[in-house]
Amino acid sequence: MTMTTTRTAAARTKVLQRQGAAVALVLMVAVSWLVFPRFGSPDNLRDLALQGSFLAVIALGMTFVIITGGIDLSVGSVYALGGVLAAWGSQHGFLVALLLPLVVCGLIGLVNGLLIARTSMAPFIVTLASLLFARGLLLVITDEGANTYQIAADSAFVELGRGTVFGFGYPIFIAAVLCVLGGVVLNRTSFGQNVFATGGAEQSAVLMGVPLAKTKIIVYTASGTLAGLAGALTAAYLQSGVTVIGVGLELDAIAVVVIGGTLLTGGMGTVLGTVIGVALIKVIQNVINQIGTLDSNYQSVVSGVFLLVVVVLQRVLRR
Amino acid sequence: MQDNGVYVAVGVLLLFNALFTANFLTLGNFTTQLVQAAPVLIVALGMALVIGTEGVDLSVGAVMALAAAIIPLYLGAGPLVAITMALAVGLLAGAFNGFLVAKVGIQPIVATLALLVGGRGLALVIADGQLVQLHDQAFLELGTGEVAGAPISVLIAGVLALAVAALTNRTTFGRQLVAVGGNRKAATLAGLPVNRVLIGVYAITGVLAAVAGVLATSRLGASDPADMGLLMELSAITAVVVGGTPLTGGKVRVLGTVFGVVLMQLVRATLIKHNLPDSIAQMIQAAIIIAAVYVARERR
Repeated sequence: MTMTTTRTAAARTKVLQRQGAAVALVLMVAVSWLVFPRFGSPDNLRDLALQGSFLAVIALGMTFVIITGGIDLSVGSVYALGGVLAAWGSQHGFLVALLLPLVVCGLIGLVNGLLIARTSMAPFIVTLASLLFARGLLLVITDEGANTYQIAADSAFVELGRGTVFGFGYPIFIAAVLCVLGGVVLNRTSFGQNVFATGGAEQSAVLMGVPLAKTKIIVYTASGTLAGLAGALTAAYLQSGVTVIGVGLELDAIAVVVIGGTLLTGGMGTVLGTVIGVALIKVIQNVINQIGTLDSNYQSVVSGVFLLVVVVLQRVLRR
Repeated sequence: MQDNGVYVAVGVLLLFNALFTANFLTLGNFTTQLVQAAPVLIVALGMALVIGTEGVDLSVGAVMALAAAIIPLYLGAGPLVAITMALAVGLLAGAFNGFLVAKVGIQPIVATLALLVGGRGLALVIADGQLVQLHDQAFLELGTGEVAGAPISVLIAGVLALAVAALTNRTTFGRQLVAVGGNRKAATLAGLPVNRVLIGVYAITGVLAAVAGVLATSRLGASDPADMGLLMELSAITAVVVGGTPLTGGKVRVLGTVFGVVLMQLVRATLIKHNLPDSIAQMIQAAIIIAAVYVARERR
């Protein structure tokens, strides 16, 4: 009898722990829907999904990196670089506009991965350096930031960012497909198991024959590539390679991953949690925007408080 | 080389500049460089302590912004009151970080990330998003004044560096700090007041960040919470790590940190004086970070 109660209590805690962000999201959406008449409008929801899709693509890569016990601080810069490369490349056609950012940003990720896997340098430092490097590269390409490349409004590449199906922008579908793929890779493939093993206990992973170096290199390469893709999509949507975006975006990405229940210590995490984390942050920002009297500075205050509440709850519930 | 890379690098850069940079070996230039480096050094000192405990404090830039936002609110009651309030806010913010890390058991990077995200927003809310010009002469003196030819802010940074060095090397608290960073479990089992040490270290870092915010605000002559201390956490962490303090904790190198700050300042000055654009400057800084950490990394 006692055992059953303990077990139910434990199960309840586990649900709360795992689905805390989901419960919060449902509550937030329900309240917002009732309180703010404009929140539930199709236009607003589509906009919300579109805004979230760029962050989701970056956070997807970050989820993998964090599960291996690492971190990628370079994604904000790499995202901006990806956008600029796409805008620059768009004068040479659709394929260059799409592939150039993927290749260059993927290479930056690859170098991150190689340095982290082959030397014993901390991911924090390596990706901090590439944060600077990617910004520097961006400035080289844009004439020290003076040159903002435009993308022709009638080009196929702009369609990638602005085109819609039933009013929903293409980036939403791209992000959705990538997240589903990411979830499948993480949970249904041996590579996914290696990702978990790498972050779980490195020593035992080595003994089990998990290819640590290879796993890390792939994960950081993917993170760079995804950040570049998000940048390219953003550029297509904005019709230009804005040079000043993405500053601090790595912290947003880390925050949503953590809110989604992925542990920064590695070895545990879900893609679904990250998607919920993205949705939650975007809903909060959206609602604050709708309260016209609140100035936008409250957005970051609320985001910070929210992050805090979630991590404290995770911690308390785990006890 | 592994332990002294940063000193060698500073020496090489000084030599290079002495030979190839016009007007480098002037008192005026050295003063300018040191004044620019002072706030970074003050923040980096705290960061070195936190990193010594195997932690990190991402909120230092936001705490600087909070300090900047507080100043104009209390400047009417005199500069001492304003500075005290700013430092008190820094202390509170730091102690809060320490509480989250020590008592709640949240990873330092996440605990301080929350304040990084929320802190600057709060500073902007307090200041109503405005830049406020300051006119209190006594307060402005702090950032621009000199004592016996030495800028006050540099003197303060120097004194604080000595104090932190003494704290680390000569006190029980310093030894406990290193022990906690080296092996928290062992430190707990040995009966060290682990929580108190952690809260203390983060509180000190918060105060130091606030000091840097006060000095930078005074030098600027305005309270600018939107820009104050932006990305300071990265500069400080870079200086500490380049100075040879490992991110894995258990070791604090105060002199190395001072030289880490000087090195990064020298690098920037060298690049600017030779008219290299910002783009190249950033890429070279990236290369230096990697090189320094590669040289200093723990061999496995």
